[in-house]
Amino acid sequence: MSELQDTARRLLDEGLVQVVIGWEEGPRGARPVFVTSAADCERLIFDARCVHNLATFLNPRRSQITALGKAAVVVKGCDAKAVAGLLREAQLERAGIVLIGVRCGGVAGEPATLAPPALSAETVSARCWGCDVREPESVDMLVGEAQPEPPVTADLDERVAALDALSPAERFAFWTKELSRCTQCYACRQACPLCCCERCIVEKTEPQWIETSPHPRGNFAWHLTRAQHLAGRCVGCGECERACPVGIPLGLINRKLQQVVYELYGYTVSEDPAVPAPIGAYATDDTQDFIE
Amino acid sequence: MSVVNQPQRSGERAPDDSGRATAEFEPRITAFVCNWCTYTGADLAGTSRLHMASNVRIIRLPCTGRIDHVFIVKAFERGADGVIVSGCHPADCHYTAGNYHARRRFGVFRELLSFLGVDPERLTFSWVSASEGGKWADVVNETIERVRRLGPFDSYHGLAGAATPADDPFARFEMPAGATGGTAAAPADGHDAASQAPSGTGDAS
Repeated sequence: MSELQDTARRLLDEGLVQVVIGWEEGPRGARPVFVTSAADCERLIFDARCVHNLATFLNPRRSQITALGKAAVVVKGCDAKAVAGLLREAQLERAGIVLIGVRCGGVAGEPATLAPPALSAETVSARCWGCDVREPESVDMLVGEAQPEPPVTADLDERVAALDALSPAERFAFWTKELSRCTQCYACRQACPLCCCERCIVEKTEPQWIETSPHPRGNFAWHLTRAQHLAGRCVGCGECERACPVGIPLGLINRKLQQVVYELYGYTVSEDPAVPAPIGAYATDDTQDFIE
Repeated sequence: MSVVNQPQRSGERAPDDSGRATAEFEPRITAFVCNWCTYTGADLAGTSRLHMASNVRIIRLPCTGRIDHVFIVKAFERGADGVIVSGCHPADCHYTAGNYHARRRFGVFRELLSFLGVDPERLTFSWVSASEGGKWADVVNETIERVRRLGPFDSYHGLAGAATPADDPFARFEMPAGATGGTAAAPADGHDAASQAPSGTGDAS
């Protein structure tokens, strides 16, 4: 991956950026790294373990990172969509960042392995299913060699359809069981590149809309709100589900909402920040079958 | 606080009617309505003496665009069996586009609730203008009939494991049983002041 290292070194040497956000080899596998000197660029890697969505670190509220100066970020296709989401919502200025795109052949479900795993239907991340941006286009430079298609993993749509086929009571029982494990640690929020509110609604106490005690009622309120706030914005990078310490299948909810915004408003997540998000925009002839 | 002849809480089962209360079940409906159209329409329904069920608690907001989805979640948490969201017809919004934004959000939120297992039949979305008092009465009556068929929303109310009427800090604000079609008055015994007091679940609204 010397092309990536050379690019980062050049950007830092020429003073175009002050920090390169990428991945490095950690003691337990790949992990994010913030490279601030050209000499450290040899630490940068990219392989199938580089699953983290580094767009999360572009959140302007992460002042300890913005304090490092202008950043270059290594992005996969799914990460580029998240960057586009931040640009769309005026959280970032395009001129204020440099995007180094990498050609991606799919990532593993788990970054904590000492060598890049051979991707198979078992090891590939669920997020790679149906990926349409294996070579991001909105980037300043694209590095790496062309990669093969990722192996086909479990069909997320089939799992969503299986849930849809149940009765509401059965779905309620399913989600009550899943969400009862939630401890409201908000790892899903912290990992999400688009959960970037200055003050999250769950931290508001007057009035307290969402009960923070981790019983299923508060958990329902939290996950309903998290999902609704990401409707039409979620890029499907799957970081929330990976970050979840108790394994709640948040990807199912996110995928369902992607389907809903597509069916109702014809919207698919775009890498182009000029395409408006469906919530916040409207059309006078929107569907209103559900309104009496 | 006087507890003599405490009126029976609507929807509560009579003491001698164990498990067969569906026929007497009176749903509790929360309605979030816009100030300019539906609230005025509901007012018209009242001044026109239209006959409609009185199970609906109306909460007036400036616009349907102001109705956040957490309002609906909170209503279900606090004991609502069904929710009505109603505002101005398209192109009639006092603020030009609030109802269009609401339409998009609730189109998505309705599907989200359904996916998490909340029967969308418990939710009614409607456009009721200021002159449609009759339509408001129909919306209310139809919603109540639908929710009555579905029964109490115990599965959601019981999520925190403490949704019995005695724990309900708002039980003392209930309307008298006669106003909602309930029958017998509950005995005062067993409903002492302590069980009616707020149970410390935290008032968040």
